[in-house]
Amino acid sequence: MSVLVDSNTRVLVQGITGHQGTIHTAGMKAFGSKVVAGVTPGKGGQVVEGVPVFDSVQEAMDKTSPNAACVFVPAPFARDALYEIVDAGISLVVIITEHIPFHDMLPMLYYAKSKGARIIGPNCPGIATPAGSKVGILPNAVFKPGRVGVISRSGTLTYEIVSNLSEAGIGQSTCIGLGGDPVPGTTFIDALELFGADPKTDAVVMVGEIGGVAEEEAADYIKKKFDKPVIGYIAGRSAPPGKRMGHAGAIISRGRGTAATKVAALEAAGCLVAKVPYDIPRLVKEALAKGPKA
Amino acid sequence: MVKLLEWQGKEVFRRYGIPLPKGAVVRSADEVAKVVGSQVPLPCVVKAQVRVGGRGKGGALQFANTVEEARAATAKLLGTDFKGETVREVLIEEKLPLTRELYLSITLDRSHRAPILMFCPEGGMDIESVPDEKIGKVWIHPSIGVVDYEKRLTVKSLGLDGPLGKELGGIVQALWRVFTEEDAELVEINPLAISGGHIVALDSKVTIEDDAIFRHPSYAGLKGEMTPLETKASEKGIAFVEMGGDIGVIANGAGLTMATLDVLLEHGGKPGVFLDLGGIFGGVTRCDTVASGLVSEMEKKPLGFPFVTRIRGHNEPEGMAILKKAGIESFSDMAEAVKHVVTLEARK
Repeated sequence: MSVLVDSNTRVLVQGITGHQGTIHTAGMKAFGSKVVAGVTPGKGGQVVEGVPVFDSVQEAMDKTSPNAACVFVPAPFARDALYEIVDAGISLVVIITEHIPFHDMLPMLYYAKSKGARIIGPNCPGIATPAGSKVGILPNAVFKPGRVGVISRSGTLTYEIVSNLSEAGIGQSTCIGLGGDPVPGTTFIDALELFGADPKTDAVVMVGEIGGVAEEEAADYIKKKFDKPVIGYIAGRSAPPGKRMGHAGAIISRGRGTAATKVAALEAAGCLVAKVPYDIPRLVKEALAKGPKA
Repeated sequence: MVKLLEWQGKEVFRRYGIPLPKGAVVRSADEVAKVVGSQVPLPCVVKAQVRVGGRGKGGALQFANTVEEARAATAKLLGTDFKGETVREVLIEEKLPLTRELYLSITLDRSHRAPILMFCPEGGMDIESVPDEKIGKVWIHPSIGVVDYEKRLTVKSLGLDGPLGKELGGIVQALWRVFTEEDAELVEINPLAISGGHIVALDSKVTIEDDAIFRHPSYAGLKGEMTPLETKASEKGIAFVEMGGDIGVIANGAGLTMATLDVLLEHGGKPGVFLDLGGIFGGVTRCDTVASGLVSEMEKKPLGFPFVTRIRGHNEPEGMAILKKAGIESFSDMAEAVKHVVTLEARK
């Protein structure tokens, strides 16, 4: 019925006693998510939004068996939070926290992989499966259950696009916010693999942005290995050319990474690419009418 | 990102033991006589300290054989504009006889989600036109660091051996330490030169990641490449970019701000300003709260130019009503809002 999260997801909120942790715990519960535990060191024994708070993730694991975590702790403490969550045996970690240095994120990513855990984010709005479960901060009201997957590097733009889809009668199987950081825990390709294997997803909307080459690489993957229709949108066509990072940046990107190269790569892979975000629902309908890629 | 000037990057290199030419920074032509001939041997190179690239071809490097020539070159460079950046400092270094020029860098490879060590036996000004297959690449495990076999590979592909190979291995290790311990996005030495049987870093490019500045407060004041308005915005933690057109967009979240600018362009408007207030927690911001805040600010200080709002989310009708009452035009549909502001701007 979905990817990554569903009605069996049991959420632990790391940093539950903070302002954002508390607000979004309430939001997740209102969405229908099973939030089973919160963790804030030193605040064990409290109850936040009806959720028991523990001093450590292991204690929360022993008493409530969570299988997903949502991280709200400030950036300087995110690395420690991730290690603790992964060591307790949780294999899906959604990191909402922004401004985590990539020098912290790299070892976090390598460690999670070595333990078989998946990170979504950081600097992301999380994941939501309408009528299933939400792990994150996406606004509840925009969703509608259905059969279109959404993958996005953006936050508020995702809300906008999902809302447009729902209003046009197009429901979503799962929406994954990958986050906008240079080192994401889950990439477009990872997310496409998940949707490709999900029998309840008929098409995927992919929302990219300028910078990096993740969209170009996803286009390559779509061309070679992905059969379901993909509808793309790339934000930033109007942006001035980015300031270069010495020679090394130019050597790595070799002329890729602009809106034009991303759009061209997606179109070459057989995707329909919207010029403006509100054109996406029309293209989704067009793609679904055509059926799977030839 | 914080982009260090050449001399600032070299100060970092010095702390990590990367060999450098003898040099000194001056901020006026009068200081030249104090350093050249003593601290800095002749002949020397006078180098304008700017963050933009292409200094070699752009005349920002001058050679001098005497103190007087060094003074004249310094006087000529200071205060000049180099690709939009004013030269305020000049680095004067001994001019070394070079046998070879190599390229060495470490940066983040976003595709591989790993640090990448890159090296090339043909360093110098034209590295970007060197074919890709001539550039050696090694991806480094972030927790393990550069291991010995990777250093041997680098040494060999740069055509070095013996004591020079050993020196290079040490420099690679030092560069890795700069990259990780200083939270750099990029550490680049181009050229890394062989002179008199030793390796020496003739240039430095070091950029520090913004998000890691909390660990390095000394870098906080070194931001470059921003207009005064951009600097002001950065101090307030707002993402702000001037784009040259006449219609600005203020929005919550970079993606939504960019998308709105794209829609503006699509409808014939000229994007003028990108202003992202930050939006990741926008899911719980109420429209009426935003509307009230906007109205109270506008009442304090009327704008004097067309202003159109577009608002979606929790308590949207209430927010719309507040804006309407204050005479602020408000739309629910993005395209309609954009079309309207383009019409207003054209009519001005």
